[in-house]
This record gives sequence, C-alpha cells and structure tokens, in this order.
Amino acid sequence: MTSEAIAVRPVQYLQAQMRWRWSEAAFWLATLLPFVLAPNYLVLASQIAITALFVLSLDLILGFAGIVSLGHAAYFGVGAYTAGLLSKYGWGEPLTGLAAAAIAAGLFGYLTSFIVARFRHLALIMITLGIGLVLQEAANSAGWLTGGFDGLQGIHTWPILGRFRLDIYGYTAYGYSLAGLFVIFLIARRIIHSPFGLALRGIRENGLRMPAIGAPVHAHIRTIYTIAAIIAGIAGALLAETTETVSLEALGFQRSADVLVMLILGGTGRLYGGLIGAAVYMVARDQFSGINPQYWYFWIGLLLIAVVMLLPNGILGGLTLLARRMKVVS
Amino acid sequence: MQKFFIGVAGLALALLGAGAIHAEDTVKIGVIISYSGQFADTGAQMDNGIKLYMKQHGDTVAGKKIVLIRKDNGGIAPDVAKRLAQEAIVRDGADILAGFELTPNALAVGDVSAEAKKFMVVMNAATSIITTKSPYIARTSATTPQLNYTLGTWAAKSGLKKIYTMVSDYGPGIDAETWFQTGFKEAGGEIVGSVRFPVANPDFSAFIQAAKDKSPDAIYIWIPGGAQPAAVGKALAERGVDIAKTKVLGQDALAFETALQGMGDAGIGIITVSNYDYNHQSAMNRDFVKAYNDEYHRNPDIFSIGGYDGMHLIYAALEKTGGKTDPDALIAAAKGMSWESPRGPILIDPETRDIVQTVYIRRVEKVGDGLRNVEFDSVPNVKDPAKARMKN
Amino acid sequence: MPPVFGVLFDGFAYGMLLFLMSVGLSVTLGMMNFVNLAHCSFAMLGGYVAITLMNAFGWPFLATLPVAFIAAAAASVVLERIFFRRFYNASDLDQCLLTIGIVFVSIATAAYIYGTDQQPMQLPPYLRGSIVFMGLDLSVYRLFLIGTALLITIALVAMVETTRFGAQVRAAVNNQRMARGLGINVDGLFAATFALGSGLAGLGGALAIAMLGLDPQFALTYLIYVLIVVSVGGLGSISGSFAAAMLLGFSDMAGKYYVPSIGAFLIYLVMIVLLMWRPAGLFGRR
Repeated sequence: MTSEAIAVRPVQYLQAQMRWRWSEAAFWLATLLPFVLAPNYLVLASQIAITALFVLSLDLILGFAGIVSLGHAAYFGVGAYTAGLLSKYGWGEPLTGLAAAAIAAGLFGYLTSFIVARFRHLALIMITLGIGLVLQEAANSAGWLTGGFDGLQGIHTWPILGRFRLDIYGYTAYGYSLAGLFVIFLIARRIIHSPFGLALRGIRENGLRMPAIGAPVHAHIRTIYTIAAIIAGIAGALLAETTETVSLEALGFQRSADVLVMLILGGTGRLYGGLIGAAVYMVARDQFSGINPQYWYFWIGLLLIAVVMLLPNGILGGLTLLARRMKVVS
Repeated sequence: MQKFFIGVAGLALALLGAGAIHAEDTVKIGVIISYSGQFADTGAQMDNGIKLYMKQHGDTVAGKKIVLIRKDNGGIAPDVAKRLAQEAIVRDGADILAGFELTPNALAVGDVSAEAKKFMVVMNAATSIITTKSPYIARTSATTPQLNYTLGTWAAKSGLKKIYTMVSDYGPGIDAETWFQTGFKEAGGEIVGSVRFPVANPDFSAFIQAAKDKSPDAIYIWIPGGAQPAAVGKALAERGVDIAKTKVLGQDALAFETALQGMGDAGIGIITVSNYDYNHQSAMNRDFVKAYNDEYHRNPDIFSIGGYDGMHLIYAALEKTGGKTDPDALIAAAKGMSWESPRGPILIDPETRDIVQTVYIRRVEKVGDGLRNVEFDSVPNVKDPAKARMKN
Repeated sequence: MPPVFGVLFDGFAYGMLLFLMSVGLSVTLGMMNFVNLAHCSFAMLGGYVAITLMNAFGWPFLATLPVAFIAAAAASVVLERIFFRRFYNASDLDQCLLTIGIVFVSIATAAYIYGTDQQPMQLPPYLRGSIVFMGLDLSVYRLFLIGTALLITIALVAMVETTRFGAQVRAAVNNQRMARGLGINVDGLFAATFALGSGLAGLGGALAIAMLGLDPQFALTYLIYVLIVVSVGGLGSISGSFAAAMLLGFSDMAGKYYVPSIGAFLIYLVMIVLLMWRPAGLFGRR
C-alpha cells in the first residue's frame, strides 16, 4: 500500500487493521489447548493469562505511547488489594470485585497521570519507579489494612457467576483469567485501531510535533495511562481472586521489572508481543527452575541475551521480520 | 508464523505434562523453598539439613522410598507458593508438603494443605498463626513470640530496667517487638523508646545514635539475616556504644556466623536468644556439626536444623503409620512426638501442633581464634505464648 | 559537637561510596546514551575479586583495591567488544534487555562460585575502630573511604578539565555528532570511558564490602540507588553525581535520625521532588 493510498483513506486503513487475521484466530484457539493437552498446568496457565493481561496494560503505555514505567505494578497492587480487602470484609463476588478494583486502580492512575504526563526519558522512568517504591513502603506501613509482610488473610472468592468454584486443578481459574484476558484484549484492540490509537503512536514517535496537528498530547497521555492503570488493576484483582492471596510483592519493584522484561522480550507495540513475552518468560522460568532450582537465573539471562541479539524488537518483532523475509524470498 | 510458534509451544507443554506417574511404594514430598533470589542462602541451608538427614538415615522408611520434589519459590511470592503446592499435588503426586522459610508463602500453602488435606511440615517460618491455617500443619523450627517473649522476661529478671527497642519495619520485626516488649513489661521493665527502621536499610548509625541518646540499660535490636547484622555491629562500635555498659540484646540473626565474622571484636558481649547454635555443647550436636561440615563445608544454622528435624518428624510419623500417607494418620502420629535433636529435646505440642523446645540465651565470646555464641542460660519446654493466649 | 554531626559524617561516607559506584554510569549514559543496567555487576565483580584475593590468597586489603579496579575494567572491555558495541544504535529497551540478561547471568555465576551467603571480611587492624574528634566518634574506615573517594574525585575532575582526553570526553558528551565530525574517535573514547567507569564501580564494590556487605544479589540491590544518583545528578556530569550522592547520603541519614517513621520513604520522595523540579537532573543538560 503506497503512502498516498494510506493518507487518502484513513478510515479504510483503520478498518483494514481491525479485520481479524487467521493467525489471530489461531492464537486464541490455541489458548484453549491447555484445557485438553496440559490439564496439570492449568494453574500456571491462569497465572500466565493474568500476567499477560498485566503486560498488555504496560504495552498500551510503553509500546503505543512511549511511556516507560518502572512502577506499573503499583496499579496491579492497588487492584489486587482492593479485591482482596472487599473479599476479606465479606463481599467475595468476583465480578464486582473486578469492577471495584478497576475503579480504584483507575482513580489512582488518573491522579498519578498528571505527574507522569509531564515528563519523558530518564526522569519519567525514575519518577514512576519512585511512585512504586513509595507505595510499597506505604503498604508495608499500613499493615493494619494490608496485612503487611504476612499478606492479606481471609480472602474467600465466591463461585464465579454463581456456578464455577475455584478448584485445585485450576480449571475455573484458567477459564476465568482467560475470559478476562480475551474480553479486555478486544477492548484494547479497538482502542488501538482508532484515531486515538494513531494519535498515541504519533506521540510516541514525536511528541513535540503532535500539537502542531492539533492533538492534545497531555490529555491523550493521561487517558491511555488511566486506561492502562484500570487494566493493570483488573489483572491484580484476578490474581487476588484466583489465588486468594495478596502480599506486598503484588505492588513491588520486582513485579514492575519483570513485566517490563516480559514486554520487551515479546516485542512492544504489537499487542500480541506482550502476550507471547509473558508466556515465554513464565514457561521458561517454570521449566528452568524445575530443572535447576538454584541457578535458573543463569539460563533466563542467557535466553534474554539470545533473544535480544537474534531477534531485534523482541520475539514477535524478530518473527515478523523473518516472515517478511521468507515472503520476499518465496 | 505465529500459529506455528503457538502450536509448538502447546505441543511442548503437552509432552511435559504427560510425566507424572505415581508408584505405590514411594512417598513424595513436595519441598517448597527459595532456592534463588534474596533468600537463597536460607533455602540452601534448609536443603542441606534435609539432605543430611536423608543421607544419615537412608531414603527408605517403613518400606517406602522417599522422593523429594524440589520447587523454587524464589523469595516472597505467596501466589507462586500456592501454585507450586498445587502443582506438586496435582502434577507430581506429592503426599506431603515441606519447607517454607517465609511466612507469606507458608500461609498461602496452608490453604492448600487444608483444602487438599495434605500433611505439611513448616521448617522455618516463624509467625504464630501459621499452624492455625490447616489442621495438618506441624512446625519444627520456632516461633517469634516463643523466642522474644522469653528474652523479654529474662531481660527483666536479669536486672535490666530500661530498654530501647529497634526492629525492622515488617511482619517478623513488628512481631518480635510486640512480644519482647510484652515479656519485658510484664516482668516489670520499662521501654524508654522504640523505633522501626526500613527493611532495606544499609546504615544504622542514625538509629544507634538515637538509641544512645536515651541512655538505656540495654538496646534490643531485631533484624533479619544478610548484610545488616554486621552493619549493626559496626555501627555500635562506630557510635561508641560500650557493650559492657549498655547491653545489646537480639534474636539469633544478629549473631549469625557471617555477622560475627563481619563485625569482629565489636560484637563481643552481644546477648541473643535462639533455639539453636552450632556451638551448642552436646555430643549429638558435635557429631551433627562434624557431619554437616564434612558434607557441605560450612556450619549448620537454624535453617539447617529446621530442615533436619523436619525430616525426622516426617520419617518418625511414617514409621508410626507404617508408611501410610493418610493425612489424618500422619498428623495424629506427629502430635505429641518428642525426640532428642542436636539442638536439645523437642516436642510437637499435641494441641497446637507447634514446636515446644528449650530456648537458649547466649553471649558472644571469643573462643579460640574466633567468636562464638556461648549458651549461658536457658528456659526449657517453652510453648508458643501467642497461641496460649489466643485460647483464653 | 551535637551527635547529629556524627550521623551526618556517616551519611557523607555513604554518599561518597554511592558516588564511586555511580559516576561511571552517569558519564557513559550521558555520552553514548547506552543504558547499562549491568553497571552494578561490575561493582559486584570488584567486590568478589577483592574478597577472593583477601580470603583465598591472603592479600592485604589495600592491595586488592587496584586489582578490583583493573578486573572490573577488563571485564567491561570484554563485554563491550562482544556485546555492547552492537547495541549502541539499538533502542533503549533492547539495551535494557541485554544488560538485564547479563545481570541475571552474573548473579547466578556469583551464586555458583561463591555460594549465596554473605562474604565475611576482616578489615586490617589500622582501619578498624573509631577515633574521637571534637567529641564525635568517627569511624576510621569511613574516614579512609571519604579520603579515597575525594582523591579519586579530584583526579577525575583534573583529568576531565585539564587533559586532552578529558576535553574529548566533554565534547562527546556535549554533542556526539559534532565531536565525530571533528575527527574525534568517539567509539574508542567510549570504550575507554566505559572501562574507566566500570573500573570505578569495581573499586566502589570492593570498598563497599566492609560497609554494605557482599552477596550475589548485590548487582540488583544497589542498582536502584545508583539509578537514583545518576538521574538526580544529571547524565554525563561528574559534579552532578557528586552532588546527588551527597544529597542522598545526607537526607537519608538526617531523615532516619530525626523522623525515622518516614525513613524509608524519604530518599524516594526527595528523588521525585528533585526530578519534578529539574527533570534533567541537578547538573544535567537538555
């Protein structure tokens, strides 16, 4: 498609992007495979789905708007504690728990977005890191509310939709998490393939230029940051509900760093990159630590180095490049 | 391209999943410990204790072969701990769960133990409520109140009147502060000031100085192991705290082996409370320490003994049930079990399933070419005071 | 003198240690925009080299310091040749991923070789204890640390301000393209600066053992503090790193002495406020 063709028909361009490709349909069908092929791994699969949702939320701000955050777990943690506290004090209905978590995380995200939108580069990274660390310390100090180091006790999740109880095998957990991931993915996909999404990509590429074409940069950044916070909060609530535990590491630096690594690994700005990155990293970590509990760090480190050297722009980026080259050859 | 990749991943997962075969004549123990990350050292020591017990007593009990399924928790991660326990049971067929150096992880797995009805042995985590999470949990380490309440009472009885406390600002530290102060005040002492310092605190001089300003008879310090104990010792020396005049009290981590090596002579005179030290003078312990050193080239610590005695409990319980892994039979066998451990006599309380043991008061002294914790007082048969009060 | 000055003195020493560990990262980040999250791995390497020489070979502490510097510098040259130079033009995120991978490998390697526990170390007798000065107890080791760090700072500033090499470094940090245009071998310059910065980190790591301890997690634990110093100080600025390290050391200590309940928060709040006031750092450009 020539650039004139794209410029002349933006609506058609967006509509073309929105069409479902067969590879996407195959991907989502494949996510159902663990129910059949790997029923012993469903608990891991549910945690991968939740992490993938969390990585997706980071992709929205990092991959599409260019905001690098080292404190994104703050919203995940707010969501997790909201759902956990609601359940602890008597209301364990999961779906309303998700809604409450979304509101709480969204509110916190909206408030912090005013700070975040004003900075770029290293200052932004360090400010987001600082916010995350301050929140972690605050949660530790407020042990009467959060349970502190021991974690929140007394969470009991009611059956989902009144019918599906959480079981030890993880069938319900995976089904619930996967459904949540899919629904929100659809929403994210719609947001990205819209004029708003295009404006975000413009902001990422050249934030100084965007006001010249009338795009309200700060407002857009605040919007996508709030949306990302909401999604992260929902992911946190899903974790709290499916594992019935919440502890301080839900909003910790380790979690923020891990999610950033997974996103870069999979490839930023492609929506699916985050999902693949999460799956690869968590499966690799599970397998490596099963084989070599003491030194699995080493193999994960090698994996990261290998991916970054062989596949530029992450796994998905590298695979896309390979596919394009193969298409050119054939 | 994407589809191919996903397909391969799915196939790989399926092949990996086809693994678990449960043989009739084995007993599988899911060992969930932090083998990597910040707590890797405590995990390694616990694992060494487990391995040594199995080396000394063989890997067969009552006709069944003991198989360990090791899972790395990687630090504080209760969601991961829960998943690993679930996988150990569902995927690998574990009959018993063991390990747990950290409270959040132990609490999370407690839920699994209760729901799936599995015998669970806690080998280190020290918060009181852990054993209440499931009727199948027994503990072979110690509880924070057990140690610190005893120290507080002892401190008042030994003539100390005014104490300043400083602890790490997180669960175990706050727990220790509460119980030390309770024990000390109930025995007639006065707390002249207290502070909680941040968990990741490399430098203690500000806090030590603030304590010194209050001129207490003693300073009580609670910190976890790692780099901090040596830093505390040095801060005490640098800020001019004379340990002969202002006593320094603490729990075992303050006087761990590496801590004493790091702080040098600045640590002489520090008084700590613990349930075990490799310097404990008993024939059984001397043999244990020698065997441990021969295998692992380092001295055992509280994590090692927790693992070692935990395995003893499992073996003894299996002996009593004739190799049956029925959880009710195992926990019934464990209740009231008492034996002589390298640390001294221990008993699993039949009511609370928690550990009852001798608590030792030790002082750091120069022995030969190095510093050692020398036991000079002890309190036998100490139960966990927190649970005793919970009943009333 | 009021005892708070003793506490501030300790904060000064802590700040100097942070400065030594951070200055290298500040300069290389400012010059080449290369995000090297493995910077503290070089500090850790220096620490482990010093420990090995002292405990296994019986070297005196002071003799291990230059070796720690050289070992870290040499390791950085090797890594730079093999890995880093392919990534100068890569995205920030790819650089992050590469260097995080290296951090993980370094932590696992350290755990494998040295085990996971704290490395014990005894300072030589003349560096132990404290002296009394104007009614304050001052630790001898911290005095040594401050002295060493000040000497290094003076040497660095002298090098940057008076030598040709230093002038080239300043030019490359200011405007890389122009510097290349003038015929300055920026790539070679970067390799040399990188080695120097990593060597200083290694030296910092060796000096840190007696104050902060050493275990395989060191590479990650202190990365946050180093990043705080670098971002607050301003990229590419030695004086910025110095000022930021001092500020952080003092405010951390003073906060913990006067208001211990917010001791944990204070250093992060200070960072956030300073960065909001001056996003490019205290002495940064752009």
